[in-house]
Amino acid sequence: MFSGFMVNAWTVASIVAVVAGLVGFFVVLRGSAFVAHAVPNGSFAGAAGASLVGINTLIGLGVFSLLGALGIGVLGRRGRHDVVTALALVVMLGLGSLFLQLSVEYAPEVESLLFGEVLGIASNQVAPTAALAVVCVAAIALLYRPLMLSSVLAEVGEARGVSSFRMELCFLAVVALASTMTVPVVGTLLIFSLMIGAPAAARSLTDRPLVAMALSVAIALIIVWSAIALSYETDYPIGFFVGSFGAGAYALGRGWAAYHR
Amino acid sequence: MVSALLGGHPAGALPSPVIEPGFFAAEDVRVAIVVGAIAAIVAGAVGVFTVIRGQSFAGEALGDVNTAGGSAAFLASVAPLLGFVVVGVIAVGAMELIGIQRPRGRDLATGIVLGAALGLAALLLYLVTTVHSTTGATQTILFGSVLTIASSTIAPVAALSVAALALMAMLYRPLLLSSVSTELASARGIRVRLIGAAYLLALAMTVALAAITIGTILSTALLVGPAATALRLTRRPGVAIALAGLLGVAAMWLGILLAYDSFDWPPVGTGWPVSFFVVSLIFIGYLLSGLPGLLQRRARAA
Repeated sequence: MFSGFMVNAWTVASIVAVVAGLVGFFVVLRGSAFVAHAVPNGSFAGAAGASLVGINTLIGLGVFSLLGALGIGVLGRRGRHDVVTALALVVMLGLGSLFLQLSVEYAPEVESLLFGEVLGIASNQVAPTAALAVVCVAAIALLYRPLMLSSVLAEVGEARGVSSFRMELCFLAVVALASTMTVPVVGTLLIFSLMIGAPAAARSLTDRPLVAMALSVAIALIIVWSAIALSYETDYPIGFFVGSFGAGAYALGRGWAAYHR
Repeated sequence: MVSALLGGHPAGALPSPVIEPGFFAAEDVRVAIVVGAIAAIVAGAVGVFTVIRGQSFAGEALGDVNTAGGSAAFLASVAPLLGFVVVGVIAVGAMELIGIQRPRGRDLATGIVLGAALGLAALLLYLVTTVHSTTGATQTILFGSVLTIASSTIAPVAALSVAALALMAMLYRPLLLSSVSTELASARGIRVRLIGAAYLLALAMTVALAAITIGTILSTALLVGPAATALRLTRRPGVAIALAGLLGVAAMWLGILLAYDSFDWPPVGTGWPVSFFVVSLIFIGYLLSGLPGLLQRRARAA
């Protein structure tokens, strides 16, 4: 379980869990679960497009998740945010289905992109994932104070010169970056469970932001590690374990909070 | 599906008119036109409330939840529509339990249920492909197409549509009031939570019938897009419902027509997916409906 190609799986999955735990904290705090679902899910169109024109999948994912995220930010300024998110998602998926139709050899890869292929990570995927993770964590560290302020008290933030719109765009860019690095590993559909379940559970355990972020990362790591181990043992898809453990962690957190109140 | 569509269709015949010869003769196209219109009308009526209540995420999540329902039905060898409806109703119940009725918990309740359902879908799809060793099943379940509907599904889909519309008609006034102002509705003695839950039930039924006929992508697109566009053009909910249905049907039919024509486009013989055209049309419509407001703001600023 810890030999050969599995080392890559453990390394990359741990990196993904740390980033998902950190970014997810802000996703839950800002009530942006829909965006966190739409951006990775829609970015799959980028992967399909990249394989159609024959470039690196990571570039396609990056371009599409960034365009999608910024599109949601700009259009959401005037329209309803959830409506714009839904429309951006379906437009990206529509393009994705077009790309899939036009390229013949891509189809079998769809499932692995949607549900992840953590057990098949090549060693040349470790370096780019780590690099993107460092950028992501650095961005969150830099943005921490203004982002926190504008997430919790948008009016106070505006009064202090923190533009909510600019913060929203920065946050969306971070989500896009996190999607780009995580999608090839845990899949478009399940990075979402990791970004929602772990931080939601952490938030029901504590009110202090830094403690919640640390807890969120810890829970995400536990989820991913146990998911890999079980997936390796049972042959069931890793996405199943990540998804159900994410929801399970949230249920436990809610139960704990209810018991202690 | 493709061969049936190409049947009676002179491939490469130039110059091609807008409505190709044989368009209405193809059985697939006729079924798609009827079923697409039904789905668009129901989605328009329900979607106006989805947009007013800010529950687009729930609408989209229920579409994805159907992946689990579809694969479960496939494994149990029952009708997919049954799987869609059952799993959709369970998901709605879970969302309601976690707290979709509170504005602050709405996003999270939907997200948690969606995450769990997707995990389940991953497992069920895995079982489908290993047990039945049919690799094509995943694609069909994930990206169902309006041009692959069996005409035998029309009757149950129509029945479900009538049920969803009847539920919406019953809910209309209390739902409208509680969507606009929860306090006012409670003061009038409306049981806001019950109405909200009944509405979610109608939403689940709508998404189920839309997802099974036109696929999950189009189900979200038709639910949110035409309704949001209509609500930008009119403030009256009744008019918005009619307008949303009209816009949805128009996008659907034009999309099917373009997809049919696209068999002559490069690469010849492949055809572009219906969902791409319909989604693009809906998105363009939404952007255009924002223009009057934008011009007004410009004029005021100048």
